[in-house]
Amino acid sequence: MSANGDGASPPLLDVESLVMHYPVPRGLVGTLARRPKGVVHAVEGVTFQVREGEMLALVGESGCGKTTTAQSVLRMVDPTSGAIRFRGQDITRLGARELRPLRREIQMIYQDPYESLDPRFRVRDTVEEPLDVHGLAGAKSERRQHILDALVRAGLTPPELYIDRFPHELSGGQRQRVAIAASLVLNPKLLLADEPVSMLDVSVRAGVLHLLDGLRQEGLGILMITHDLSTAAHFANRIAVMYLGRIVEEGPAQEVVTNPQHPYTKALLSVVPKRDPQHRSRPQILQGETPDPTHIPVGCRFHPRCPIAIPECKQVDPELRRTSGSRSPGHRAACIRAW
Amino acid sequence: MNEPLIRVEDLHVWFDLKGGVELHAVRGVSFALERGERFGLVGESGCGKTTTILALMGLLPPNASVAGAVYLDGENILEHGEETVSPHRWKDIAMIFQGAMNAFNPVKTVGKQIVEPMELHEVAEGKEAWKRAGELLETVGISANRTRRYPHEFSGGMRQRAAIAMSLACSPKVLLADEPTTALDVMVQAQILELLVGLSNDFGLSLVLVTHDLPVVAQVCEQAAVMYAGEIMESGTLDGLYHDPRHPYTRLLFAATPDLYGEGEVVSIPGAPPRLDREIPGCPFAPRCDRTFAPCPDVKPRYLVVGPDRHAACHLNDPALAKAS
Repeated sequence: MSANGDGASPPLLDVESLVMHYPVPRGLVGTLARRPKGVVHAVEGVTFQVREGEMLALVGESGCGKTTTAQSVLRMVDPTSGAIRFRGQDITRLGARELRPLRREIQMIYQDPYESLDPRFRVRDTVEEPLDVHGLAGAKSERRQHILDALVRAGLTPPELYIDRFPHELSGGQRQRVAIAASLVLNPKLLLADEPVSMLDVSVRAGVLHLLDGLRQEGLGILMITHDLSTAAHFANRIAVMYLGRIVEEGPAQEVVTNPQHPYTKALLSVVPKRDPQHRSRPQILQGETPDPTHIPVGCRFHPRCPIAIPECKQVDPELRRTSGSRSPGHRAACIRAW
Repeated sequence: MNEPLIRVEDLHVWFDLKGGVELHAVRGVSFALERGERFGLVGESGCGKTTTILALMGLLPPNASVAGAVYLDGENILEHGEETVSPHRWKDIAMIFQGAMNAFNPVKTVGKQIVEPMELHEVAEGKEAWKRAGELLETVGISANRTRRYPHEFSGGMRQRAAIAMSLACSPKVLLADEPTTALDVMVQAQILELLVGLSNDFGLSLVLVTHDLPVVAQVCEQAAVMYAGEIMESGTLDGLYHDPRHPYTRLLFAATPDLYGEGEVVSIPGAPPRLDREIPGCPFAPRCDRTFAPCPDVKPRYLVVGPDRHAACHLNDPALAKAS
């Protein structure tokens, strides 16, 4: 599946046992009353890799820790423990100065192109700014060529048509392409895309997703964060399903969707509405909502909502492991009932 | 012939904008809804779907002008504007606004905010109203003992349930729901959709579900209309729309929607919708359509019956013209 899956070279991104805890402020009254300090267990031991030419979709509901995971990879937050390696180099504790050159190689695409572009900047300025920030000035003509190339790569052709426009003169899909061009101008190796199409109209979503797919085929690694399993099923090579700070299932996208192993994945897939009314799902609706990440259930974190939990599930905190029902060695789930 | 519960006929909405600009947002929309029916109004942003249902509620801003008719049990509620709409607002036709779950007043209890519309519309008051608020919360799956709780004590899904309870305060016959699950997680979305289906099955409530999300409509509704640039392009049963689309926009919109088990490429539709501050001589979708032929840019296709319970506005359905394509 991946262009570089021989295992000889290190993966582009290697995240190992990542943990991210946030303290909850107690407030003055809480401090005086000596209430125990609360901690949000946003990410609790997450391990995954992204290889060159591979798109991994991190799928889960809000609060599952998928965005915190991406923020840790970007080192926007400092992880509590664990390791983040980029092309074999441990970047978990690097300082701002050492991170600088790496920031060129790992770029982020945000959810909302209506918010992420400066309304007073022309397309040219938006795409040029990263070059300035990273001191990649160069001659004026050279710069212009970089900008034009980035616009073309982002599918804004002919680039001359777009370079002098303001965001308000562009459609949602075009804005997202400008945001993508602004990350491509630095020639990154890894893209983190946080819900890259959820703010766009349905008719233009596929265009942006095909663009990301094309970049992946050119060799970029892409970590896509999404709540949309249908999109992940179509565009990602691998899917990792997160629940309450953990990956509960991971595997090749088609395997996860057609042969889910974890009861949470099964429930999640069952409630995704289908286009064809004849395929109306018999939703297996889990009651209640995801528990508060300050109070993670003991044992398997999913057991209070799990339809197949047994008493042992209250004691064992399962790890990701190959299951009896999986058809692919790379397909693992964290469920003692599925092992 | 049996008169449907609600019948919208040739509805138009114009907005007067600054500088003498007139935006023709809804351009001759017609549909009908039976008691207990679930009807989807689908389209992308700016297609006029929200404006359409706001017109049904008589809640358009002052710079809007409306033409056409909305018959409720045979009475045209648009006939004399506010005078004829207001007796039906909330009592017969209620609405869940987009983002309603975030629109609760944070300093009043949820119960109080359900009691207020009842007292305002003189449906119930005092103790009786509070009792009914508790019953309504039970109906939407929230324990009645939470009536005295504040909105911040509810999760997102529970606030959306409470917003639905609030819209039911005056026992309406028709519920207009504008993107009721858009900001919710899939699991909570499934819970809310199940609730809406239950309300229409158990209480005969008619539901108009307004959304950009075709699979959500396919999951919930029997009939739907696909809107584009202020017009309905096609309407019919969901089965018909999916398996035998009679308008290229319907086909392309389904093809642009990724499906878990769907095969084939997910397509994008090139181009963007037309501006609505000018008249469009032909089919509004013609510039983006993959089947455009001679008459499309200049001749407006009529919205015709193309099968049982089936309407479409596309020249391809005219055998004489289609031969030429």
